Amino acid sequence: MKNTPIIELRGIKKAFPGVQALDGVSMSFFSGEIHSLIGENGAGKSTMIKIIGGVYHRDNGQILVNGEEQEIEDVTHAQNIGISVIHQELSLIPDLTVMENLCLGIEPRRGKTALINKQTMLKRSLEIMEPLGLKINPREFIRDLKTADRQMVEIARAVSRNASLVIMDEPTSSLSSREVATLFEIIKKLKKNNVGVIYVSHILSEVLSLSDKITVLRDGSLIRTIDASEADETMLVKSMVGREIKDYFNKKEKKIGEIVLEVKNITREPRFSNVSFDLRKGEILGISGLVGAGRTEIIRAIFGADKLDSGEVFLNGEKVEIRSSREAIELGMGLVPEDRKLEGLMLEASVNNNVSLPSLKIRQKHGFLDHKWEFSACNEFIKKLKIATPSRSTLAKSLSGGNQQKIVVAKWFAANSNILLLDEPTRGIDVNAKSEMYALMNDYAKSGGSIIMVSSELPEILGMADRIVVIRQGQVSGVLDRENATEENIMTLASTIKNEKREVTL
Amino acid sequence: MNEESKYIDKIKKFVKDQTLVFILIGLCIIVYSFEPLFLTPRNLINVLIQISINALIATGMTFVIISGGIDLSVGSVAALCGIVVTAVILPYANISAAMAVLVIIALSIVVGLLIGGLNGFAISRLRVPAFVATLATMNIARGFAYVYTQSRSIYGLPDTFAWIGQGYLGFIPVIVIIVVLVLLTAHIILSQTVFGRHVYAVGSNEDVAKLCGINVANIKLKVYIISGTLSAFAGACLASRLITGQPTAATGYELNAIAAVALGVGGMDGGKGGIGKTIQGILIIGVINNGLNLMRISSYWQIIAMGVIILVALIIGQFKKED
Repeated sequence: MKNTPIIELRGIKKAFPGVQALDGVSMSFFSGEIHSLIGENGAGKSTMIKIIGGVYHRDNGQILVNGEEQEIEDVTHAQNIGISVIHQELSLIPDLTVMENLCLGIEPRRGKTALINKQTMLKRSLEIMEPLGLKINPREFIRDLKTADRQMVEIARAVSRNASLVIMDEPTSSLSSREVATLFEIIKKLKKNNVGVIYVSHILSEVLSLSDKITVLRDGSLIRTIDASEADETMLVKSMVGREIKDYFNKKEKKIGEIVLEVKNITREPRFSNVSFDLRKGEILGISGLVGAGRTEIIRAIFGADKLDSGEVFLNGEKVEIRSSREAIELGMGLVPEDRKLEGLMLEASVNNNVSLPSLKIRQKHGFLDHKWEFSACNEFIKKLKIATPSRSTLAKSLSGGNQQKIVVAKWFAANSNILLLDEPTRGIDVNAKSEMYALMNDYAKSGGSIIMVSSELPEILGMADRIVVIRQGQVSGVLDRENATEENIMTLASTIKNEKREVTL
Repeated sequence: MNEESKYIDKIKKFVKDQTLVFILIGLCIIVYSFEPLFLTPRNLINVLIQISINALIATGMTFVIISGGIDLSVGSVAALCGIVVTAVILPYANISAAMAVLVIIALSIVVGLLIGGLNGFAISRLRVPAFVATLATMNIARGFAYVYTQSRSIYGLPDTFAWIGQGYLGFIPVIVIIVVLVLLTAHIILSQTVFGRHVYAVGSNEDVAKLCGINVANIKLKVYIISGTLSAFAGACLASRLITGQPTAATGYELNAIAAVALGVGGMDGGKGGIGKTIQGILIIGVINNGLNLMRISSYWQIIAMGVIILVALIIGQFKKED
């Protein structure tokens, strides 16, 4: 059974202007096997997936489908031969119900009329979801579902269309630990049903616990394919970056000064209430908690992006009213939002225009742009943050995730912010960029800046934060200093159910 | 070989960036080959006069579309302002040309502030979609123009009123000079000022703009006021050129303006484009219309041509996006 792979790639090459995205990669994917693909951003993972999914065409090499050489012409063709890609950007229609999405394009009719038979649709949806153990009401609208549930529906749809190979691209990046566990259950069920799975992720522990095989890509080449049972994290990181990353978090000795920001009993119903904590000069304050606990909402409200119902904010001991982001920026704050593509960057604008945006008003000369300042500031921070971009005028969308994230941070460096609010600062960026981001944060704190960092990755919080505020259901459930900060302590404070431990963490 | 492919890449990029310039040149050659009169100074100045009203409106439309919006009310605003200006000036048979210009400018600002402000307020504060809000004011403005005039035209205006629309400074029409000044100012605002950059930011990504401390509502309000004022002014200039106030004037002009901008930018996505691109769009439309005129093709065909232009613009934009 395992003799013929569903898909076999032989010496696949693919070039884009200026980059050899894939340089002669050969690999095979079998049914009933979970095969993980890891590598830094730009290693060629997405190009590979897109070639298999029919989005790109290879320049060179052979593709064998069930042992026969074949051309995967486009996305529809890929689906017809049983390849289904679950994208990070979900492809469900939010204004339709779960069952309507599951049956999209194959709606059951009433006889030969054009009318839809809702009863059959309901029944069929339940039949699709049951074997996967999904307990979602088929009549619910997609837009009312949580991200995790949407993802499950998407997987269910893929499987129901006779997918023999399911490709998942960073499926856990927006899931809480419990949801990740459910997703893994489903992936294991897929495996049992003899479906092949290609799993792409940055989170190595997930990859290790889930996969049968792991393939490491670097700079478009296949570095190695190994059985998961023979792999460990250090070895994977080493093959991914081509060297060992020593002291990943790179924490340095520094002086923590007086209180710069203090919030007292801030409340925004129904998201959070009576939240109090303080932030000191030179400190990195971690905010931990489950997804949906209210962490993002808290820092957005401090930044003036959302209104507070009540509570007080003090800056350097003085009470301030922050009614808009403009005022927060003027007081020296900067926000790096959770989703850089939606809220952090103008993707279609240049690096230059992104970096200078928050500072334009302050730097204006009678309403006119200060081109000289803009030029020097952008060049300065491109260099300082090591943003890999051909020039200042390159469009933000053409850069990698890590570099995009650096642009968002550079905005606030250019604006001379002294308090940074970072929401999931390393989400979706590769190991190298992460390590650079950590170094930037440490340098910033060392030079007297203060950081509030929301993160779902416990190792990141533990490695970076000087103190950790844990949020549970919109309230502070505890503050841990470095000595008492352990994964167990944070998870106990974060979850309502005791001993619920995130099964897999980096 | 590498050198060569780089060279080819460069040429490709240049051709892609300057597609419109090539299209424009191509069109000129085609029209000229059918009708050599096209390239006479007289006809070229004629083209400039013909495109002037659209140029004024399209300038305002550029601001709106860059900010991610759309303004359907421009044609009606132009008609309304034409009526208001002619109605105010009609009793003053002895008004000087300078005074007439002042009245035109003042009333354009009033009308622009009123209707543009109404658009901007509804869109930025009440969060009405731009398409719907400006569709409403489009009807309101046109309706007022009909109600006030009882759908009759206003005739018998003093000759001095015609200076702005028909006069010449040397051999250059006054209206052309005005258009050049307006385009230049708009270009400077969009490319050199903080406000201009903020307009792009709002059109690129409103959430990002907000989180970078930009008062998004305020930018939107201003953009619609600019569009309203420029189209009101265009309407007054049109009335001056025709020495008549007509409630039916400038019907369908919103499409010409949108077509010019969309053609220039290759779409309506917001955050992109600029006056330079809009000028290319205006010129292409102007040459096509003039060419059809010279070839004595019915003006109804021009309407069809406009539709085709919008379609082609969007297709070009789509190709660029996919690259």
